[in-house]
Amino acid sequence: MTNREVYHDGVVKRLVQFSIIWAVLGMLVGVWLAAELIWPGLDFGQFWLSFGRLRPLHTNGIIFGFGVSALMATAFYSVQRTSNVPLYMPRLAWIVCYGWQVVVLTGGLSLLAGWTSSKEYAELEWPFDIAITIIWVCFAVVFFGTIATRRIQNIYVSNWFYGGLIIVIAMLHIVNNLAIPVSINKSYSIYAGAQDAIVQWWYGHNAVGFLLTGGFLGMLYYFLPKQANQPIWSYRLSVVSFWAFTYTYIWAGPHHLHYNSIPEWVQSLGMVMSLILLAPSWATMINGIMTVSKAWRKLTVDPALKFIVLALAFYGLATFEGPMMAIRSVNVVSHFTDWTIGHVHSGALGWNAMITYGTFYFMVPRMMGTELYSIRLANIHFWLALAGTMLYIISMWGAGVSQGLFWLSIDEIGELSYSFTDVMASMVPYYGLRLLGGLVFLTGTILMAYNLLRTMYGRNTVQVSPPEVLDEIRGTAHNPNAVMGVEPAAGKGGVPA
Amino acid sequence: MKYHGVTLHRKLEKNMGLLIFGILFVSSIGGLVQVLPSIFQESLSTATENSHLYTAVELTGRDVYIKEGCHVCHSQQIRPLLAEVERYGPYSRADEFVYDRPFLWGSKRTGPDLHRIGGKYSNAWHEAHLIDPRSVVNNSIMPAYPWLAEWEALDLGNIQSKMRALKTLGHPYSEEAIEAAPGQLEGLSQLYALISYLQILGTGLAEEYR
Repeated sequence: MTNREVYHDGVVKRLVQFSIIWAVLGMLVGVWLAAELIWPGLDFGQFWLSFGRLRPLHTNGIIFGFGVSALMATAFYSVQRTSNVPLYMPRLAWIVCYGWQVVVLTGGLSLLAGWTSSKEYAELEWPFDIAITIIWVCFAVVFFGTIATRRIQNIYVSNWFYGGLIIVIAMLHIVNNLAIPVSINKSYSIYAGAQDAIVQWWYGHNAVGFLLTGGFLGMLYYFLPKQANQPIWSYRLSVVSFWAFTYTYIWAGPHHLHYNSIPEWVQSLGMVMSLILLAPSWATMINGIMTVSKAWRKLTVDPALKFIVLALAFYGLATFEGPMMAIRSVNVVSHFTDWTIGHVHSGALGWNAMITYGTFYFMVPRMMGTELYSIRLANIHFWLALAGTMLYIISMWGAGVSQGLFWLSIDEIGELSYSFTDVMASMVPYYGLRLLGGLVFLTGTILMAYNLLRTMYGRNTVQVSPPEVLDEIRGTAHNPNAVMGVEPAAGKGGVPA
Repeated sequence: MKYHGVTLHRKLEKNMGLLIFGILFVSSIGGLVQVLPSIFQESLSTATENSHLYTAVELTGRDVYIKEGCHVCHSQQIRPLLAEVERYGPYSRADEFVYDRPFLWGSKRTGPDLHRIGGKYSNAWHEAHLIDPRSVVNNSIMPAYPWLAEWEALDLGNIQSKMRALKTLGHPYSEEAIEAAPGQLEGLSQLYALISYLQILGTGLAEEYR
C-alpha cells in the first residue's frame, strides 16, 4: 500500500448535497400536494401543477432523488471502509453521481410534461428507463469492483444489503419496464391487464423491499455499530435474517391486489409470505436494538445515534403494520384508502428519512474533519422529525380507517350508509393535520440542510487513508466484526468500568 | 466446524461471485414460482365476450387519462364485496382488461372507482365536471382540466403508430381501422376523447354477468 492512497470522499460529499436538495424539493412538493387535497384551486389552472402529475414527481423525487442519492453516498462511504481500499474506478463513481442527478432532474420534468407509463414508482418513460439501467450498471461496477479489490477476506454484512439492492432492483426494473416504444414519450407495456398488474406489484412491492428496506438496512448495519461503538449483537442473526429477507420479500407483492381480478392462489401466497416476512424484519430490528443496548447513555447526547435508533423503532412499526395490512380481511378495509398512504410514510419519514439524516449527521462532520455546526439545531430537527411523522401517520390512520369502514358500511335494509362525497368531505380535519405534519417534517429537514451546509461550507473533504491491515481482519481468524474497528464498552450502559 | 451450513456461509462471505449468485438465485425463486406462471396463464390474456377493443378515439382518451394521472386518484377495479358491487356495479373480471396496456386498476380512491362509470352520466355532465368539477359536485376536491378542451386529440402522438404497436402485441386492429384512425380524431379535443373513453368504461361486460 502506498501512503498517497486515500478514500474517495469527494463524490460522497457531492451525493449527500444532491440528496439534501432532493429531500427539500421532494417534501415541498409533498406538502403542496397535501394542500391541494384541501384547496383544489392550488394548481392555479396550470396543467403541470395538477395533482395527477405532481404526485408522481413527489414519489419519484423522494425515492430516486433523495433516497437513491443517499444510498449511493452511504454505499460509497462504507464500502471503502469495510474493504480497506479506495473506490474502484473513482471517475466512474463521479459519472454515476452526476448521471443520476441528470436522470432525476430531466425525468422529473418529463413527469410534469405528462410523460408517464402510469406504473407506480416506475412512471418514467422508456428513454429514462434505459438511462437508469446504464447508470445502475456503472454503480454496480464501482461497488462490486471495490469489494473485488478489498484487502479484507470477509465481505461485511452492510455490503450484502447494498449488493442485494443493486442486483434485485436491476432485475425488477428491467422486467417491469419491458414495453414497445411508440414515440420518444410513449410506450405500451408488453404485459396487459391482470398480468401487467401482477408484474407491476412484483416490482412495486420489491422496490419498497430491496430499495427502501434492504438498501437502508445496509446503512443500518454500517452506521449503527459504528456510531454506537459496538459490534453487531449477533452477526449470525444478521446472516440468517439477510437470506430470509431476500428470499421472502419477493413473494409479497400480490398483497397489493387482494380481491382484485387476479388468481386467488397468487393473492393467498402473497399474504402468507407477507406474514412470514415479519420474522426476518423483526430479527433485524432486535439485532439493531441489542447492538445499541450497551450504549444507551450515548443516545442522550448524540443526534446521529438518536436518528438511527428512532428510525429502527419506526422500521419495527412499519414492518409490523405491513404484514397486518397484507391479511386479506384487514386489506378489505385498508385497500384504496389513506391508511396505505400513512403506512408508506411511517416507512418513508420514520424509517428512510430518519436513518438517512442519522448517517448524514455521522458522515458530514467526519468527512470535513470538523464538528457539526450546531448540535442544538440537530436536536431541534430530531423532535420536529418525530412530531411531523407522528402527526402524519396518526391523521392518516384516522382518515384511512374511516374511509375503509364508511365505504363498506351497509344499513339494516341493505342500502349503502354513506355516499362517496359525504365520506370525502369528512376528510378535511385529517387532511389538515397531515398538512401540518408534513410542514413540521419539512421544517426539520430545512434546518438540517442549513446545519450541514454550514458544516461543509468552505471546507474540503479531509484526506483519509485506509488503515494498515491487521492480521486479525486480513482473514486468518473468522471475526467479521473486526473490520469495523469498534470497541465494545466495558461495564453497563456504555460507561467504562 | 460444527455445522455444515456455517462452513458454507463462511465461503459465501469471502467470495463475491458466490454472494452475487446467491442473491440472484434466492431472490428469483418467488418470481419464477408466482409471477412467471401468471404471465403464461392464458385465461388472463385471452379475449372473451367481455373484452372491448378500444377504438382510435377511445384509445386516445385512455392516453389522456394516463397523461393527466387520473389513475393516481381513481381506481378501475371493483372488488367482489357487497358494498362495492352496490356502490359501483358488477365486480371486475380479468377478461375485461386484456386490452389494457398498461393496467389502470390504481391503488388509491381519493375519488370514486371508475370501472363502471360508462353510461352513468351524460356527455354534457362529464364536460362540465372535467372543466369545473365544483360546478356539478359541490364539495369535490378534484382538479379542474380546462386545458383539455383546447388541446387537439391529434396532438397526442401518432395514432397509427400506437395502433400498430398494439397490433404487434396482439390487439386485433384491422388495416382499415388503422387507416381511418387519423380521420376519426380530426377536429376532436382531448376532452372529447377522454369522455369517449369514460363512457365506454366497464360497459363491455356481457349481459349474463350483470
